[in-house]
Formats: sequence, C-alpha cells, structure tokens
Amino acid sequence: MELNNKLTVSASPHVKSAETTTGIMLDVIIALLPAGIASIFVFGIRALLVIAVSVASCVLAEYLSRKAMKRDQTIGDLSAVVTGLLLAYNLPSTIPVWEVIFGAIVAIVVVKQMFGGIGQNFVNPALLARIVLISAFPSRMSAGAFVGTNVVGWDVDGVTGATPMGLISLADGIKDGAPSLMHLFLGTTAGCIGEVSALALLLGGIYLIIRKVISPIIPCVYIGTVALIMLIAFGDVNAMLYEVLGGGLMIGAIFMATDYTTSPITDKGKIIYALGCGLLTCLIRLFGSLPEGVSFSIIIMNILVPHIENWTKPTIFGTVKEKKEKKEAAE
Amino acid sequence: MANEKIEGVLKPVKKGHGGIHVSHNKNTSKCAIVRMPAPAKVVLPMQQHIGAPCTPTVAVGDEVKIGQVIGDTDAFVSTPVHATVSGKVTAIGPVKVANGSMVQAVTIESDGKMELSEDIKPPKIDTKDDFLKAVRASGLVGLGGAGFPTHVKLAFKEDSGVDTLIINAAECEPFITVDHRECIDNSWDVLSGVYTIKEILGFKNVYIAIEDNKSDAFTELMKVAADNADWDDSVKLVMLPSQYPQGAEKVLIQSVTGRQVPPGKLPSDVGVVVMNVQSISFLGRYLKTGKPLVSRSLTVDGSAIAEPKNIRVPIGTLITDIIDFCGGFKAEPYKVIGGGPMMGMSLYDINVPLLKNNNAVLAFSADTIKVKPERACIRCGRCVQACPMSLMPTKIETRAHLKDVEGCQAAGAMTCMECGSCAFACPSGRPLVQYMRLAKAVIREGSAK
Repeated sequence: MELNNKLTVSASPHVKSAETTTGIMLDVIIALLPAGIASIFVFGIRALLVIAVSVASCVLAEYLSRKAMKRDQTIGDLSAVVTGLLLAYNLPSTIPVWEVIFGAIVAIVVVKQMFGGIGQNFVNPALLARIVLISAFPSRMSAGAFVGTNVVGWDVDGVTGATPMGLISLADGIKDGAPSLMHLFLGTTAGCIGEVSALALLLGGIYLIIRKVISPIIPCVYIGTVALIMLIAFGDVNAMLYEVLGGGLMIGAIFMATDYTTSPITDKGKIIYALGCGLLTCLIRLFGSLPEGVSFSIIIMNILVPHIENWTKPTIFGTVKEKKEKKEAAE
Repeated sequence: MANEKIEGVLKPVKKGHGGIHVSHNKNTSKCAIVRMPAPAKVVLPMQQHIGAPCTPTVAVGDEVKIGQVIGDTDAFVSTPVHATVSGKVTAIGPVKVANGSMVQAVTIESDGKMELSEDIKPPKIDTKDDFLKAVRASGLVGLGGAGFPTHVKLAFKEDSGVDTLIINAAECEPFITVDHRECIDNSWDVLSGVYTIKEILGFKNVYIAIEDNKSDAFTELMKVAADNADWDDSVKLVMLPSQYPQGAEKVLIQSVTGRQVPPGKLPSDVGVVVMNVQSISFLGRYLKTGKPLVSRSLTVDGSAIAEPKNIRVPIGTLITDIIDFCGGFKAEPYKVIGGGPMMGMSLYDINVPLLKNNNAVLAFSADTIKVKPERACIRCGRCVQACPMSLMPTKIETRAHLKDVEGCQAAGAMTCMECGSCAFACPSGRPLVQYMRLAKAVIREGSAK
C-alpha cells in the first residue's frame, strides 16, 4: 500500500483535551449572565444599552487593531466579549455612551493589543479602563451617577445616591440610609451595573468553579481576607457582611482577580496574590479617601504577578530530597 | 513508608502532583494475544536499543534459523539481534526506520517453516554473572518502550543499596492493552520471571504495579500465585489509580515506594529497578527454554483499523504487514502511531519494521483524531497543574523561544520526560512537548559550545 506523503506527522501527544480558549471564554460569559440580568432589573434598559455598547466596541476595537497590526484575527476566541462585559459591569448605568466607547478603546487597544494581545497584557484591561474613566470623568463615575430605575417596583431605597461603600466608615460604622444586607445580597442597591448583586455573582462564581474554569483559591482567599480584616476592624458581624457584600468585592474577587493573564499560575502564588488584594482593598476602604478599593488593589497586585510567580515556583520533582540531603550533610 | 493493604493488594503510598484524565479507550482488553503467521520477510535493524549498534554476523545468501544471532558487538551497552524467522538473508544495508533515520539492517526472506535454531537451549545459571550474561545473550531490551538493554539495568553493584524491584504493568497509555493481556494470558511466565529474578538478584521488596482499571489482571495473578506452593507472598500487588502518566518510571516509583528520583539520576540511585511486565514475562520463558527475543506482543487498534487485535509478531515484521493481518485499514488513515497516543511517534511511512521496543500500532482516520489549532498562551496554568514533574511548561516554552540556555536549565527542562500531559491539557492547543524538546536542544547546543 502506497501511503507516503499522506500520513500526518506531528509531535506527541496525538490526543488533546476537548477544552479550548473559546470554550473557556464562553463559560465566563455564561457565568456573567446572571449579574447582567440582575442589572437590567435594577437599573433598567439603560444597563443593557451600556453592556451592548461596551461589548460591541470591545469586539470592534479588537478586530480593527488586529487588522491594523496585520496579525491573525482573534475575535473568535471571545475574550474581547468577556472584556466588554466586565468593562460594562464596572460602569454606572448613567454613563454617556461615548465614554463607554472610549473605555473600550483603552481596554482593548492600549492595555491588551499594544502589549501583544490575549495572554500578554500585564494588567486587567477592563479594570484599567475603569480607572482611566474614573480619573478622567470623576463626576460621572461617582456618587450621583449611581441612579437606578425602579423597573420592577421593588423597594429600592438604596438605588439612588451614593454607592453603599460611601455609607460605611470606621468611625461611624454603617450610616443611616445605608441599604440593608438583603438589598446588598440581592443587588437592589446603587452601584456599577454588574457589581450590585452578590447573589448573581456568586452563582456565576460557583459555575466557573464547577466547570473548573477558575480555581476557588483566589475568590475564597480574597473575600476571606477582607472578611477577616473587616471583622477585626469593626468588631461587628453586620459591618463585616456589609463590606463583603457591598461594592465591587464580589465581581472583583470572582471575575477580575481571577483573570488568567494577570494572576499567578501557581497555587501558592494565587494565595499570596489574593491575600495582597484583600489587604489592599481593606486599607483603601478603611483609610483611603476613596470609598472603594477593589479596582486599585487588583491592578497593583496584577503588576506584582511576575515577581509572585518567581517566588512561588513549584519544587521540581526529585529536588526536595536533594535539598534535605544537603541539609542533613551540613548538620 | 508502609503501604496500606486492601484485600491482599497494596495501595500506593503517595499521590504525586499533576497528571491528567484521558479517555482509556482500552477497546482490546478482552482480546487475547494471538500469534501472527510468519511474514514474507523481516527487516532487522542492527540498532533497536539504546547503546552501541551491532555489526551483522551473517552474509547475504546465508540460511538462518529462528534464534540464531545475526548481529552483535563487543560493547557492554548493547544487545545482540537474532533471526526472527527461518529463511535466507537477502540484503544487508541501510534501511529507514520509524524515527526517520537510516540504520544498518539485515533482511531475511522467510521460508515459511519457522524452524528453531539448534543452538537454543536453556541457559545454565550458577552465579549472578552467568545470569547477566544470559540476559545479554537473550537480546532483551525494555519492552515497555525505552529500549534500554535489560542486562545493563540489572548490573547494579551489590553495595549500591538497590533493594526494590517494581514490575510495571500500569499501562497508562490509552488504547494499549498488551501488558494487561500479558498479565492474564501469560500470568505464569510473569510470576515465574519475578520470583526467579528476586532470588538471583536478591531484591528485598518486589511489587507488581497495575492500574485499577484492570481488575481481572489482579484476580488472575493472585489465582496463579495461590496455585503454586513454591511462591510465597513476598511479591506484592499494588493497585494504582488510573491516571496518566501513572506508568512513567519516576511517577511509578513515587507511587509504589514514596521515593523520588532526582533530576538526572536513575531509579537505581534511589534503590529501585523498574521492569516492564512483558520484559519479566519474557525472562520467565527464556530462563526455561533459552529462546531469545525473536517476537513480541503489541496492540493494534484505532479508528482506521478494521480488526483491532493484540498480536504476537516476529520482530522486524513490517508495520504494513501487521496492519494487513488486522484486516487492513477500514478508513483512510490520517495518522499512524508507533506506540501510544500520548508518547508514541507518528509514522511517516508504514513500510518500516517493528522494533523490539514497539508496544502498539495505532491508526486513526482524520475525523477521529482531534486537531486543535495553535493559539496564544492565555496563562491559564493548566500545563503547570498537569505536569507530573512539577515543572512550568509555559515558562520553559518562553525560555526556549528566547534560546536562553540558563533559563531553560533553571526551569528544569531536562527533567521533562515528554509525557505530554501539558500539551494534552492546553486549551490553546500549543505543542508543548515539541517546545520542551526545543528547550532541551537549546541546552544541549549551549553546553556544547
């Protein structure tokens, strides 16, 4: 039988897992859906508009920048959709549309593509875009911006006005007019589009952990650290729960801090990184002039990731013994 | 460290890092090993082992019989090659082998009689030296895939602290079932080989390690052992979890004994010798009959093979003849693999001879062997989670592309055993094993300068 030049020759292994980058991104998108649906109930159709504009501009920005750089098209991996969702979820529903587009360009073109595209950005694109928007348009990104539309007739006292994180302080504890813990848990409160409903975000987080898309280390250690420090700082379980459920901690710990590219790939590294995120979040929330500290904490820890990975390299098989032997020999 | 017993079978003492769950596809596990009739010709390369190549000891036109030496050398790290069919030597010269290199080979055209050489007689063994000489003369190399001469492996010094023999029947590669069948079809040979070697070489601990998806192998071996009064209970069975790469030497040693072989060291450095179950079974037969290594068992399977089988074949049989014996191709083959799908080599041509260390021939049609397009690394860390050697494959890849010799070394590239777990797990379809080989090449080039 003459088969020469017909057989495929490639390096082993010849079987591969069914997992693909696109599949992973699709899982993240599915996990982000509950928070998106919750946001539409809380903030109305305007939230959907922001989400749609953000996703569309992220995908278009990625498409055009890959084209301009004459690189392979990567919009098929769906990572730009994830960035678009995360960016929208970190913005208030009242934000002007052109600011969303500006944010998308910062996230995709400046932070992601200029550093080489997927897997190469050194900070989380959506978070950096959010920080740029906060710095550039402070009035539209704070207090008064978080106006909700009472579409379902819920008791939404907390929806207008300040972010819940502005209604708690170390000096005064939980202030008058602050939303109840149940409001924070369900999400019927003021805040950015996707951050308000702890319940919806937890559902997404559990899905990602079950699907083995993310390891539970980062969310658990991050939220755990914040809970512990806040419990010690306030000496009050209610205040601790308020800090855990309110603001951007849930979305940050579950969806932003777990971004593959900008978090450590070693388990030990993940623990150090999440501890750092938790500690910084608490410092900013308790002592900083900003009411919220999740975004800055994650960005700072993102930058430290290469160092954390260097400190936490796994011990290569068979080398533990050698070290022990050397120690024994030295003794 | 003590193993915990479960109904006469031991559990592993330690679970290592990493590993992957890959579909077993042990389709042929119920197919008893059948003997393939003599092929029209065999091609016997003079190098089918790690070490010095042999020189042909026959000439074109010579009549040879099965078991007659046709190639040998004075080098210690080498094994002789024997005629595997009776017939006439028709050619001596370079031929292409599975890995693409040209190797000196002796071609024998079979007379169809399969006559045994008169020189075959059971070896006379009084001392350990006699035994090692006999093992060398048998032509045995590790039949699990490495092809390392067995007599070299067994020639450890008495004061070297080697106290443990592990028989590797883990068979963690998907599709391959021939080690499993060996435990069932030739259980007596396996145990006879084990007890003889234990006695001659004085091993304190002997373990037969099998994955837990082969329960009938445990039953069969225990039954045969119980039936023979000469065999005490000093040889232990160990039931390993079915997780790839459980049968990789270093992983196996860790599971069974808890010991870790340091990078660049051999199992004997931690007091262990590992032998494949087919090698020990062969030794069991050889010590009784004196018939050298002239045939071996292998699994033939895959979506493109008409009649998947476990077969016993004369060494040197062309892969194309083996496939014909298994009903030929039922679909156009896209990839033909010598060995398992995780570590086997894809063949560029099936007109190459079967070598001593080849334990499977698998053929797949295009629609059944997934091709994952290569995309950028997303740093998901699945390769790091999967690596049984606790390496960071993605970091090694980066160092390799930069041709960073020290970086590759520091990242432990040389410790990589190319098991393929990282590349299997990679969602971006990166050919990480290829990149690990690149890293090793970078180190070799760097240190050659």
